[in-house]
Formats: sequence, C-alpha cells, structure tokens
Amino acid sequence: MTAVDPGLPTPPFVPIGSSSYLQVRGVRVSFDGFVAVDGVDLTVSSGDLRFLIGPNGAGKTTMVDAITGLAKATGSAEFNGKELIGEKSHRIVRLGVGRTFQTATVFEELSVLQNLDIAGGIHRKTLGMLRARRSVPAYVEEALETTGLTALANRPAGVLAHGQKQWLEIGMLLVQNAQVMLLDEPVAGMSAEEREETGQLLKRIGSDRVIIVIEHDMEFVRNFADSVTVMHGGKVLSEGTVSQIQADPRVQEVYLGRTADAELDPFSPPALTKEES
Amino acid sequence: MSALLQAKWEPLRSKWGPLLGIAVLGVLLLVFAPAVLSDFRLNNLAKYCCWALVAVGIGLAWGRGGMLVMGQGVFFGLGAYAMGMHLSLEASDGTTPVFMILYDPTTGLPAYWAPFKSGAFTIFAIIVAPIFIAGILGFAIFKRKVKGAYFAILTQALAVALATLITSKIQWTGGDTGLTDFKTFFGADLADSDTSLMIYLITAGLLLACLLVVWQLYRSRFGELLVATRDAEERVRFLGHDPANVKLFAFVVAAVMASIGGAMFVPIVGIISPKEIGAAASIFMIAGVAVGGRAALFGPALGALAIGYGRSSLSEQWPNGWVYFLGGLFIVVTLLLPGGLTSLFGRLRAQLRPRSAAAEPAAKPATADGMAG
Repeated sequence: MTAVDPGLPTPPFVPIGSSSYLQVRGVRVSFDGFVAVDGVDLTVSSGDLRFLIGPNGAGKTTMVDAITGLAKATGSAEFNGKELIGEKSHRIVRLGVGRTFQTATVFEELSVLQNLDIAGGIHRKTLGMLRARRSVPAYVEEALETTGLTALANRPAGVLAHGQKQWLEIGMLLVQNAQVMLLDEPVAGMSAEEREETGQLLKRIGSDRVIIVIEHDMEFVRNFADSVTVMHGGKVLSEGTVSQIQADPRVQEVYLGRTADAELDPFSPPALTKEES
Repeated sequence: MSALLQAKWEPLRSKWGPLLGIAVLGVLLLVFAPAVLSDFRLNNLAKYCCWALVAVGIGLAWGRGGMLVMGQGVFFGLGAYAMGMHLSLEASDGTTPVFMILYDPTTGLPAYWAPFKSGAFTIFAIIVAPIFIAGILGFAIFKRKVKGAYFAILTQALAVALATLITSKIQWTGGDTGLTDFKTFFGADLADSDTSLMIYLITAGLLLACLLVVWQLYRSRFGELLVATRDAEERVRFLGHDPANVKLFAFVVAAVMASIGGAMFVPIVGIISPKEIGAAASIFMIAGVAVGGRAALFGPALGALAIGYGRSSLSEQWPNGWVYFLGGLFIVVTLLLPGGLTSLFGRLRAQLRPRSAAAEPAAKPATADGMAG
C-alpha cells in the first residue's frame, strides 16, 4: 500500500504480509527551538504489541501528540496510505487512529454506557445524532464485555476506580473501531492485578490492531511487549524484542546513568511495580 | 436485589418524567392560568413566558453547552424588531410609519423595511435571521476556540453594540423610544382582550414547544455529546467530532428561541426599545436561568418565570428594590445551590432514597489503591 522510501534504513520490525501498519518517517516536533522529537522513524504493524519506553522527557508523549494532531509536527506518519501529519485531530480519529491520555479523561457526568455510546458517534449520520438511543448498540455491548465493565454500565463514569477509567477509555477506542491505538501509560497507578488484566486485554484486542503503549513499568513491558522501541532525547535509541533491548549497551547506558531514578531502570524488576499516581 | 428493580424503574422515570412535567406545565399555562388570572396578570405572564423562551435557549447553550451567552439580547432584539417593524407597518397600512415622518417629513419607507409588510416574511425572518447571524458569529467564535470569559464578554459586547446601533439610527428605528403605537397583530385588534388571550396562548404554546425541543435534544445523542463538549472539549476531538460544530448547533438553537421570545414580546408589551435588548436586559435573561438551574430541563424556564414575576410584583411596591433582591438571590443560589432551585428536588429525592442505592460500592473497589504505591 505505502511505498517505503528506499533512502531510509529499514527498521527491524517492518511487517511482512501484514494487513495494516503505522509508518512514521522523520517526525520532528519543536517548541520554540527546543526539539522534543527529532526525526523519529517508527513502523508498527497490527498484531505487534509495541511498547514505547524511555526516560522522562524522551519525547514519547510528544511523539503520540504529533501523530494525533495535538502537537505541530513535520515529517510523515502514514496509516493505510493516509497521511496523518497536518490533519486535524478529529479527522485523524476518523481515519482510524485513537489515543488515550496519561490521566484518564472520561466524561464524568455521563454513564459508562453513554461514554462508550458517544464514542460510536463517528459511525453515525449527523441527523441521527438528534435521536435518542433506543437500544444498546451491539458494538457498545461488545466493548462492555471486552473491557469487563458490563456490571457498571449505568454508573456515572466519574465514580469509577482509576483502573476502570483506563479500561473505559480503551473500550471507547474499541467502539470507535480504532485500528491504531496509542495508549499513554495505561497502567500507571494500577494494582498488580489490574495491570495483569490490562495486559491480557491488550493481547486480546491487539491481534488485528496497531497498538503502541507508552510505559514506564518495566515488569509490565517484559510481560506483554511483543516489541519495544526505546526513545531518548527525542530520538529512537534502540528497537527490538525485550531481551534485545535489555542487551543493548546504549539502552543500559541511558538507564544506568540514571540509577537514582529507580522506576526507570529496566534491570531491577522488584522495585518497578510501583508508580506514583 | 432492589438494584435490579431500580435499574428497570430509573430509565422509565427519567424517560417519561420530563414529558409528564411538560404536560403539567401545559395544563397550568394553557388552562389554569387563563381561567384564574385577570387580563392584566395574564398579559404579565405572557411577558414572563417570552423571557422563559429565551431562558430555555440559554439553558441549552450555557447549562448543557457551557457557553455563557451574555448577549442573548441580540437575538431577542432581532426577533423583536422584525415583529416591531411588521406591526408598525400594519398600523400605518404599509405606508411610512409616523415616527419616520415626524423625524423627516420627506422620507420614504427604507428598502429593508418593505419586506416586513408581509406577515409570512416576518415570521420567516424571525426564524432565519438568528440562524444566519448566530451561524456566522458562532462559526467565527468557536472555530477560533474562543471560550470562557472571552466568549461571555464578546457576546455581551455585541448586545451593547446592537443596542447602540439601534439607538443611533433613530430615523429608522425610533431610537431610544423604540417602535410602538401598534394597533393590530396579524389583523387582530390589539385592544381586544381576546387578542391578548390568543397572543398569550401562542406564547405559552411556543414555550412548551421549545421545552419539548430541548427535552428531545437532551435525551438525544447530541445532548450527550454537548455535555461531553462542555466538560472536556478537547477530549471530544478524540471521539472524532469537531467541538466547534457541536457548540455551534446549540448556540444557533438558543438564538432562534431568543428571537421567538423577542418577537412575541412586542405585541404583548406594545413597545420594543433598545433598553430591552442591551447589556442589562441580557444579564437579566441569564439571572433567571442561574436561579432556576441552568442544566436542568425546567430550571431555566421556571427560573425566568419566577424572576419575571418577582420583578413585576416587587417593583410594584418597591420600584428600585427588586434589583437588590435579585442580586441577593443570585448570590445565595450561586453559593448554596449551584445547581439552581430546581436541583432542590433532586437533593430531596436523594435524601429520601434508601442509602443502599447511593452508596453501593463499585465492582472492584479493592484494587483501586494506586495511592498506596
């Protein structure tokens, strides 16, 4: 579908024969001269649960902002042959690219069901919006089921526990039928049990989607990542499987240079499960 | 499991309760009030209904949409002056109205007045002019992401600007005096008490119709999207909607309601002047909404009716005092009851309801101890 620029080096995880993939080329974001993302190349195919890690300030979230139209960027990010850079956020969503935020932002006054239903708005005709919901659409029911929120459907989203809000956000992406999901620290502040459930959820829904997860929790990364991209100083430092990443001396240097910041150290697993909320 | 029963009952109540409320209000306004009120009081009630029409729209734009529309006088004025021009022309049999001749004996009827000889065109203008103007204005404002206090100040300034413009074009608008000396309303004699009753019934009917419109909007998917836009505008973008369009629709609907309220105001009061559409008048329109409860279905209308009544009855005995009363009420409600007076019902219901339903814990509360880490 998309021609890869032959002049660029081929990253290790270019899909062969896979149905869809997100391809980022030379994306650059600068704020008043400070370059937050400096020429990032990234290719993620569906079914490859990709984790994006790196120290604070590495440019991970800004990278996602660039792809979703929140930060002004140059370069190219293509999905299904459609260019995302330069599009407006709501158009990008309609191209099948959805995201979540570090702090779960659900609509607190609406019920869980309404939150999910409202996310299905892009599938509806404008005039249909003026009608009330008569029954629960099948895709909403399915999303409730998948995220395990069925019992809470009629509760206001504002009373959900932190983890449940993140699941609800993922559910909203499912209802949107997002083919690309960019999740910004979905398990931050979750208990070990919730992390496990979230990981299983991502595995379940990731088989036919492009999923990129920004994460600090190394145990979570080890348990669920199919592949990992390490960012540092706005650039891609390394890319590969978890073990390849762990063996990469450049990654070790970045992280070991910051041992005081224990939560970021991929080589001391016991200390990593906690996360400030 | 009383929770199950409640789950079945709640949607029923919330589905048909508002309709029942509108029906009750309908009986009160259309049957009860004409039966018991004197012509004078009924005419006053008709006037409050006009403000209530504006208030219903403000409830939609501000209560549900989060847009503090401080200048609804603009759209009230559009409808009012359209109607005023038509009634002036009815009174002068389609010739140049007397006030213009008094100002300049040689003047003819201005070209933009001429179409208002037609009643059909006037009604068309009352609906379409606010759509057009609010559409353009809203598009420019919302696409540029003007919101909050800036939006409020902007709309307020527009109300002042329109009032000033009308005052300055005295030869065509009657200036400060406004348009008055109407004789008929679409052919019906305004001095006749049957005409007053008819106008009252039309106004009350329009109010009920507008309540039905917002009821449908609030229960629709659009209503949910509007609340979502109010609470987290940027998040709505990531549902694939441009929040500007969502707000624009609510703003335009509110403008049309204000225009209809303004149009009906004119035959009821018998005069329309810039004083009724300027900054103070626009704030007065908001006050009822805030006191009644801006996000509730009935709050804005009931609030506007109550404030209108309070204004008349207090100012009868205490001409300048009602403003202090209104200010005091505004402060008390804002401080103690931010949801407005109608939120008292919800609070009472919550008090009376058995604790179990309100305090039932979430399904997996035990795992939500992220703070411990």
